[in-house]
Amino acid sequence: MMRYVLGRLLSAIPTLFLIVTISFFLIRVAPGGPFDLERPLEAKVMENLNKIYNLDKSIPEQYLLYLQNLVQGEFGPSFFFRDFSINELFAQSLPISIQLGLSALTLALIVGGILGVSAALRQNHGLDYSIMAAATFGVTIPNFVVAPCLTLLFGVSLGWLPVGGWEGGKLQNMILPVITLALPQVAVVARLTRGSMIEALRSNHVRTARAYGLSAYTIVVVHALRGAILPVVSYLGPAAAALLTGSVVIETIFGIPGIGRYFVQGALNRDYTLVMGTVVVVACFVIIFNIIVDLLYALLDPRVRFD
Amino acid sequence: MRWIQKIAKGADVTKPNDNTVLQISNLKVDFETNTGEVNAVKGVNIHVDAGETVAIVGESGSGKSQSMMAAMGLLASNGRTQGSVTYKGEEILGLPSGRLNKIRGAKITMIFQEPMTSLDPLYTIERQLCEPMVQHGNYTWATAKKRAVELLELVGIPEPARKVKAYPYEMSGGQRQRVMIAMALANDPDILIADEPTTALDVTTQAQILELMAELQERLGMAVVFITHDLTIVERISDRVYVMKQGEVVEEGATKEIFGAPKHAYTKMLLDAEPTGRKDQVEDSAPLVVEADDVRVEFETEAGFLKPNHVLRAVDDISLTVREGQTLGIVGESGSGKSTLGRALLQLLPSSGRVVYCGKDITGASRKAMRPLRKEMQLIFQDPFGSLSPRMTVGQIITEGLLVHEPHLSAAERDKRACEALEEVSMDAAMRNRYPHEFSGGQRQRIAIARTMVLKPKLVVLDEPTSALDRTVQKQVVELLRNLQKEHGLTYLFISHDLAVVRAMSDTVMVMQKGQVVEQGSASEIFDNPQQDYTKTLVAAAALKLEEFA
Amino acid sequence: MSDTTINTAQEAVKGRSLWDDAKDRLKANRAAVASIIVLTLIALLSVFGPMLSPHEYDTVYRDYTKVPASLSAYPKADQIEPALNKIAKRARMSIDSYSLSEDGVVTAQVSSKRKLDPRNMRRFDRSDLFEQAALENVSADGKSATLKMDVQYMHFFFGTDANGRDMLTRTLIAGRVSLTIGLLATIVAISIGVMYGATSGYVGGRVDLIMMRAVDILYSLPFIFFVIMLVVFFGRNFVLMFIAVGAVEWLDMARIVRGQTLSIKRQEYVQAAEAMGIKNAGIIKRHIIPNTLGPVVVYMTLLVPKVILLESFLSFLGLGVQEPMTSWGVLISEGARNLEGASWLLIFPSIFLTSTLFALNFIGDGLRDALDPKDR
Repeated sequence: MMRYVLGRLLSAIPTLFLIVTISFFLIRVAPGGPFDLERPLEAKVMENLNKIYNLDKSIPEQYLLYLQNLVQGEFGPSFFFRDFSINELFAQSLPISIQLGLSALTLALIVGGILGVSAALRQNHGLDYSIMAAATFGVTIPNFVVAPCLTLLFGVSLGWLPVGGWEGGKLQNMILPVITLALPQVAVVARLTRGSMIEALRSNHVRTARAYGLSAYTIVVVHALRGAILPVVSYLGPAAAALLTGSVVIETIFGIPGIGRYFVQGALNRDYTLVMGTVVVVACFVIIFNIIVDLLYALLDPRVRFD
Repeated sequence: MRWIQKIAKGADVTKPNDNTVLQISNLKVDFETNTGEVNAVKGVNIHVDAGETVAIVGESGSGKSQSMMAAMGLLASNGRTQGSVTYKGEEILGLPSGRLNKIRGAKITMIFQEPMTSLDPLYTIERQLCEPMVQHGNYTWATAKKRAVELLELVGIPEPARKVKAYPYEMSGGQRQRVMIAMALANDPDILIADEPTTALDVTTQAQILELMAELQERLGMAVVFITHDLTIVERISDRVYVMKQGEVVEEGATKEIFGAPKHAYTKMLLDAEPTGRKDQVEDSAPLVVEADDVRVEFETEAGFLKPNHVLRAVDDISLTVREGQTLGIVGESGSGKSTLGRALLQLLPSSGRVVYCGKDITGASRKAMRPLRKEMQLIFQDPFGSLSPRMTVGQIITEGLLVHEPHLSAAERDKRACEALEEVSMDAAMRNRYPHEFSGGQRQRIAIARTMVLKPKLVVLDEPTSALDRTVQKQVVELLRNLQKEHGLTYLFISHDLAVVRAMSDTVMVMQKGQVVEQGSASEIFDNPQQDYTKTLVAAAALKLEEFA
Repeated sequence: MSDTTINTAQEAVKGRSLWDDAKDRLKANRAAVASIIVLTLIALLSVFGPMLSPHEYDTVYRDYTKVPASLSAYPKADQIEPALNKIAKRARMSIDSYSLSEDGVVTAQVSSKRKLDPRNMRRFDRSDLFEQAALENVSADGKSATLKMDVQYMHFFFGTDANGRDMLTRTLIAGRVSLTIGLLATIVAISIGVMYGATSGYVGGRVDLIMMRAVDILYSLPFIFFVIMLVVFFGRNFVLMFIAVGAVEWLDMARIVRGQTLSIKRQEYVQAAEAMGIKNAGIIKRHIIPNTLGPVVVYMTLLVPKVILLESFLSFLGLGVQEPMTSWGVLISEGARNLEGASWLLIFPSIFLTSTLFALNFIGDGLRDALDPKDR
């Protein structure tokens, strides 16, 4: 298994390299530069800055320099947050986003799974219809609507929970952002689980289990759910990567210092290193989660082998 | 290997009696569907006595499976039942699953038609064999595991101690069906319900499974309910027969009586449904239509990154000749390469070797070069549900080939040709604006035949054209094909695993196994006096009925 | 099994195509039908509403900033006196008494320390509340008079925003923008996706391998990064940007169509057509395209809400359309900033956006069930 994981990681390197290259040149050809402020800087200052950040070198040279640093795990200094390196910025923000994302992911899996299974067991009955209506609701309503509405209700009107802020990840500060972040995922997981559960419950091997008088628990959990969870697992790979790398909207609305907002800030300020850093981090998460998904698959399905 | 008949002398077993273990009375099954209620079973009475073998016979859609499913509480969620089902006098229809589970899996067990999917792919054989044993309280996990190995040995699986740890995907269809039988026997049931247990298997495997079941019944003495469409099996194994048609039992009685003197017209039709008659032999002087030398088809399966690809030789150096008006029957089990050979001859697959059609060497001809010849060389498929484009009308489907081969025809002329073609296959020409899904399987196969006939072909490759059809429909299609051949002087390459049909259709027969020819000769030589062991097994497995027709 | 009747009647029976069946199934799906009605209504309102509305979407009513949604007309009775006093103060006069008649005419007794200047009365006209102010019965010293003017009644059913613009008109105009963008980007995405996917699937082999590898790499680029880069590139040219968004969203479509094409290619009816010598073009036209259409239509109805959501999201981040033009996303983000005290700014655009998204999702689900009845 270790060999498999290593192999997968190695084969991800070309992909990662391509992503880095595409992004690097894309942001460099974008109009504007990191020091184009409203009031132009003095030529002397500008020259100095360009020198510090290697902008006086040719773009291929800069690219090679960047790759060199990247291989050593250095994302370089931020152009905008002048006193910080990207590594420092990420060291502060990434754990917050991961904590938020993991909580939302767990919530989505548990609640979505339970809802999906319940709906499947009561297919085309009242419970099924209400769960699916709620799920459509969850998928449909954008989080930038949900977030203000929840804040309005629990923060402003009822005053039960803080309106925003992180404060080191206190529970009451996490509740609203996690719910908002998890809501669409709960809905998608519920839908997926319901669909594959219905299919599994109709499958021939579940019919066999019923014909042999196995208990309802054995039929539903042991024989139906284990197979039915597979599509959910493969959905969760990319979804988890997106959740863990933060949601721009939620971090903005709730004032959480996560990594998500760096996407927007970085691109708008032409903070080259910051943008590249976020891209690399997201790509790594996607790759890692795809590997985790494959491992989970192999764990759940004996037909999948590592070679 | 005839099953032992267990009818007590002089006793009238056609009525429920003291020995009756399972009694189904006035059972009705309805399904609620989007298009309204479907009455699948309309008041059926069936009883099963201890130790006997009862067959329920019928064509697809007759409700034979659904009545047993209903009795076992296994209907789909939109199914409703009425009536009564008793096991040893105890009502079991409509019981809550908790109480029903005391009986199903312990006293009454089932095996199903689909050996490939009836076992959970995610668990080992051992686990699935043990579950019902532990569930019904007869065993602990430890004792159940021992018993699982014994059971596998009992059903004839080699190396049972090792195989018990295997997953279903690591076994063949026949082995999986054996595992299902082992599972069914685990709790020493009174009744074993077998729902088309051999239909999805190759003929040779079929025979083995039947033999196994017969032997086990003799040893263990449970009653067997055999649901099947195959009359040869019924005659061989059952004590009594119920014939079902459209949700009703139309005839019942002892097997001998039913087969000896059927009363109901439908039973007579079923018994008469075996394709009969022989093809008129063609003179050896008739011109050659197809001449093939050393045809070979290879498939590469990708083994993985940087590994040499595995090469599978699907057709291995096969030579054959077919004369005008002749039918060459190609026989073999699934995976023998017979379909691949048919396609390779038509140059639909890349192959090596030499193929000559009517004196023209068409080996490796390009699509463009083949196009004018396609009019004369046609292909008919097995699955009449897959071979007709679902979003085209029957008229469009039939005349599609004319667009290429007779482009000068006007739309009205094409329509006329479609009508003629439909009438030629005995279908109502008024149906030409309908869509394929509005027809039955037999009608669709006629449409597929009409599609080829409209082009007035010389050579037709028929790839299992009757295998997906009910017996009675099969017979009609066989007759239609023979008539068309006589009328138009067609040459057929008839590919099938069904020996009865091949015999009724062919002049010469070729037996294939694993891509190679096992035996080749005239139809009578092959069927009456097979030389090779494999051919002998095939003919023996296809059994009994052939002897009667010989 | 009576498929042996011969009938030479030339009049052909009309068949029911799979599309007919699907249409019937869709009609029987109440949620989908209701959604179609709602969506049509919203589309019609968005297209024609702004033309019929008495307010322009960019007209600023300075006296009506952030007024709540109301079914009755503005000004309310209690707004008149403060407004009168405010203007009077600026005109350096005072209102001694005033009365409001049934037909909306204000009659006020005004006085001033200095001589009243009729030109000063324009201050009343200039306000959004009154019009046609005129002095009557000017007293002899010219320091007091009767001021008569009409109250200018206006409806703000959805209230007004922080700049005093009618939210109803703005919501409808925003709908125009959001729906147009949704459609435009979807059409671009579908066209590229279908062509790419069908080619890749039908040609197969190495071409397929390379084309799909490219899709995989594009997939692993963070989507937000891509979109934000597009904003950076195209600046505020919204149409161009959404063509570009469409050009990003085609990836899923390409995968779906490719998968579909691959499975259809293996179908026996395609093999049958090949065996009859039908040319590639004919196979694609008569067999592949009609049979991939179902999933494409379903995906399309589900892509429109996705794009609308994306536009709203960009607008929410402040990267969307520019003032005074607006979209639902812009309105919602403004609403979110004015949560306390002006909740109507959030509520109305949210209702429109979510009902549109809901309707589209339900139609998509309904279509999927109708086209692929196995699922239910």
